[in-house]
Amino acid sequence: MFSGPTGYISLAPAAFFGVGVYTAAVLGLVLPLPAVIALAGAVSFCLALLVGALTLRLRGIYFVMFTFGLVELLLHFVLWWEMSITGTTGRVVPSVDNTTVYYLMLAIFAALMLTAYFIRHSKMGLALQSIGEHEEAAAHRGVNVTALKTITFAVSATFMGAAGAVMATRWTYIDPKIAFNPLISFMPVLMAIFGGMGKLYGPIVGAAIFTYLDEFLITRFPYHYMLIFGIIMVVAILYMPDGLVGLAQKLWKQISGAKYADT
Amino acid sequence: MPILEGEGVTKHFGGLAAVSNVDFHAERGEILGLIGPNGAGKTTLFNLISAALTPKSGTIRFKGVDITGLKPHKICRMGVARTFQSVKVFTTMSVLDNIVLGSFFGRATHISSADARREATELLEFVGLSGAKAAQAKDLTLANQKRLEVAGALATKPELLLLDEMMAGLNATEVARAMELVTRIRDNGITVIMIEHVMKAIMSIATESSFFTTAKKSLKGFPRISQRTNG
Repeated sequence: MFSGPTGYISLAPAAFFGVGVYTAAVLGLVLPLPAVIALAGAVSFCLALLVGALTLRLRGIYFVMFTFGLVELLLHFVLWWEMSITGTTGRVVPSVDNTTVYYLMLAIFAALMLTAYFIRHSKMGLALQSIGEHEEAAAHRGVNVTALKTITFAVSATFMGAAGAVMATRWTYIDPKIAFNPLISFMPVLMAIFGGMGKLYGPIVGAAIFTYLDEFLITRFPYHYMLIFGIIMVVAILYMPDGLVGLAQKLWKQISGAKYADT
Repeated sequence: MPILEGEGVTKHFGGLAAVSNVDFHAERGEILGLIGPNGAGKTTLFNLISAALTPKSGTIRFKGVDITGLKPHKICRMGVARTFQSVKVFTTMSVLDNIVLGSFFGRATHISSADARREATELLEFVGLSGAKAAQAKDLTLANQKRLEVAGALATKPELLLLDEMMAGLNATEVARAMELVTRIRDNGITVIMIEHVMKAIMSIATESSFFTTAKKSLKGFPRISQRTNG
């Protein structure tokens, strides 16, 4: 939602995911689950607003590095806090049965897709797209680029926070290393590149096939699966710059021929 | 009251004074030409007026209001629009969306989607691109992309339009059409300041021209050396 149109690649999802996980861990015993999820989203939103306002001036690789750093920063902050203030590093989260987890995740996913769809087809989406191409030109057309980037960043963080809170109930035991796992940041980026960033459904297609591939390889080739997976990713990035969706569109164009040729 | 005034405007890049203690003013309804060699600070001056850069010292007033240090989007909403030396249209968007963007965000007042689209269609006609309404911006020729950029800037309903080398890279016919367009923009009550290297263009349409020399000697007073150059 944020990275697609603007071209800003964020490795911060894990940070907000972790915030969600910890919100669930701290408040899970005192508050009902829906309240915890909402709160996790709200905390992530506020944190992202703050972080975004401070850092969205950064561009390109600097922004990527910062967001990656944010995950580590929060990880070590929580680690320090738990060790010096609470005295333990792990926490237990009240568990919920799998069906509930499934439907909650589905609901968050649906809400996310709806929000993303509406943003993309609104004035805001148009502005985000313009930022992605010529940020300064967008500003000179009256787009408040900093505010817009920050808000979109925060909205997408909200969903990561909510998802974190739900996942925490499934894990039941968490510690900072589990909650703030950088892999959670890398996976969505890889999935999105794999599926294609240009279209809204690109990352979904990417995620679905990616996950299936992951499971398939791990059961078939338990020893070499990471190696094979790596090769597939390299090939995908080299030869499918627009991802699976882009590849499918290209093929479709070739099949349907001149009818859809560019004019 | 002049529509645009600058006093002692200065900008340094490292040790280099790109624009040094420049005063200028532009009157409503004129076409002002900015000429001078590369590196004289013409584009830097545009960047300072449109707030892409903040001046080190000096003040810039638009319609009597101090706009020094405001954000670019604020200045755009106040009524200053610009184009870029290297044409910056949004190639991933349609021609119409390129214009609608300015209508939505660049104005002081709110506009409905339907109105914005209708006005964008009119603007396309105004700049002579009505045939390209449904096209993608990336498929336009350079001359047409420049027209589209102007249309997008006009969509913000500016009172002052800054055109940075609009004629560069165009052939003779295209230059003639661009000149005619600039005149029509002025006739609609918009003040135009244009940076231009195509002397024929600037000599025939500009009310007055200012010659910019290299940084240190930047002439004071937006010098009104009408149709005169010195090297």
